[in-house]
Amino acid sequence: MLPIVELKNIAHAYVTDRGASLAIDYLSLFIEPGEFVSLVGPSGCGKTTLLSIVAGLLTPSQGEVLLLGEKVSGPTPQVGYMLQQDYLFPWRTIYENSLIGLELTSQVTDRTKESTLHLLNEMGLGAAIDLYPHHLSGGMRQRVALVRTLATDPEVLLLDEPFSALDYQTKLQLEDLIVKTLKDRHKTALLVTHDLSEAIAMSDRVIVLGASPGHIRKTFEIPQNIRDSQPFYAREQEGFNELFREVWSELEASERKE
Amino acid sequence: MAVLEYAEQKDTQSTSWIDGQYNDYLKQKRKTQALVVTAQFSILVALLVLWELAGRLKWIDVLLFSYPSKVFSYIWSEMVSGQLWPHLAMTVGETVVGFLLGTLFGTLLAVIIWWSPFLSKVLDPYMVVFNSMPKVALGPIFIVMFGGGFTAIVMTTLSITIIVTTLVVYNSFRDVDPNYVKVIRSFGGSKRVIFQKVILPASFPTIVSTLKVNVGMSWVGVIVGEFLVAKIGLGYLIIYGFQVFNFTLVLASLVIIAFAATLMYQLVVYVERRLVRGR
Repeated sequence: MLPIVELKNIAHAYVTDRGASLAIDYLSLFIEPGEFVSLVGPSGCGKTTLLSIVAGLLTPSQGEVLLLGEKVSGPTPQVGYMLQQDYLFPWRTIYENSLIGLELTSQVTDRTKESTLHLLNEMGLGAAIDLYPHHLSGGMRQRVALVRTLATDPEVLLLDEPFSALDYQTKLQLEDLIVKTLKDRHKTALLVTHDLSEAIAMSDRVIVLGASPGHIRKTFEIPQNIRDSQPFYAREQEGFNELFREVWSELEASERKE
Repeated sequence: MAVLEYAEQKDTQSTSWIDGQYNDYLKQKRKTQALVVTAQFSILVALLVLWELAGRLKWIDVLLFSYPSKVFSYIWSEMVSGQLWPHLAMTVGETVVGFLLGTLFGTLLAVIIWWSPFLSKVLDPYMVVFNSMPKVALGPIFIVMFGGGFTAIVMTTLSITIIVTTLVVYNSFRDVDPNYVKVIRSFGGSKRVIFQKVILPASFPTIVSTLKVNVGMSWVGVIVGEFLVAKIGLGYLIIYGFQVFNFTLVLASLVIIAFAATLMYQLVVYVERRLVRGR
């Protein structure tokens, strides 16, 4: 299958007054359409840098990113970005917040408005559309952020630790919701996380990165029985614990090396 | 069935004592409020009475310090004769214009230096110098440039308000969480869009609250400006009263200024509340 996202020999250096430092060291990666890929790794392995590069927010110093075969040279509506927190605008209602992406890409029509409302209803936010973000709980707000990202109908979703600010129960519920929503719509996802069990439970493929500079250490294909179950039940599947330990030791080894 | 009865019973019981507590709370709150207002009013009355007595019983020099009934009857007679109004109108006019223009230009300048980091770096030393110098000292220059009237006085006011507004608003622009900007950027928003959709609405409460600061500053600017040049206005009345040793006039002007400034401040507070409601 033709990869939907292709990173070709990406290298990136940050330049400051003290000098230039390499954050990502010639990294290549293919992601197939509909695939759910997680990146885990110690801090300083360039995870967020990598996401910013795929999103077109950052131009890599070397190499290029292809999206559906075309070179990425800036943010495109085909890529949606979800941040660590919801970052909903406090002066906009829930409905207005979920429309912002459509506004910015001038796609506000009756049809897109309708589908955004439908999406809000689907996420159980139908009663909240006229409320302001501070009226909502953290989990509801992150669901609004998901609607905001999905409203522009991107092909690829970049998830930058989207559950890190939530309590454990909400996090599990949201994992299920996101996996189901993305699978139903055949979206491709690239998730950055610190939580190994989250990465294994949600993904088709887990990539362990090494730090200073960022590079791929090892890729784990997730067995079919774990992929097929919802994240909540995936944790009880046979082989989950063994895989967890395997990824864990790989991650530990990469941290020890530093 | 038994469960239902229990629930109903519990419901009536619990609401009655909870309501009671709430009523007690409201009563206590009203009582405190009444006490505060009484105390405030008593202080005012006591001070006025003391001042009046001190004046009438010649404890203080009446020529210098006057006394309340004299001051208020003077204000009343000036109001009736119509001599007060042109002075009041001029001063309030200058203050309002200085205040609005100061906030507007200050905010515009903040937008410009936010837009261009280069310009921000270039202007930095000028802003520091201008901000730390006592702007009132520029008064004579404005008089030479704009003549001794409305324009010179408004300019004096602007010199006081603009830079402070610029610094406060610019800082609030910079304090906006960069992740909000990232949200807009991830949808491909340009710098203009980022400003419109994030920076300006996020800083709006700060901009509105600089209005409050600027009201006070504008009064300083206008009164000092009038001290220096004016032939009309409340500041002029103070200086004139001082020169002809009519301290009743000086005190009457002060009372009117206090009154007008408070009124204007309350108006801005009201506007602020209306503007940032629902946040």
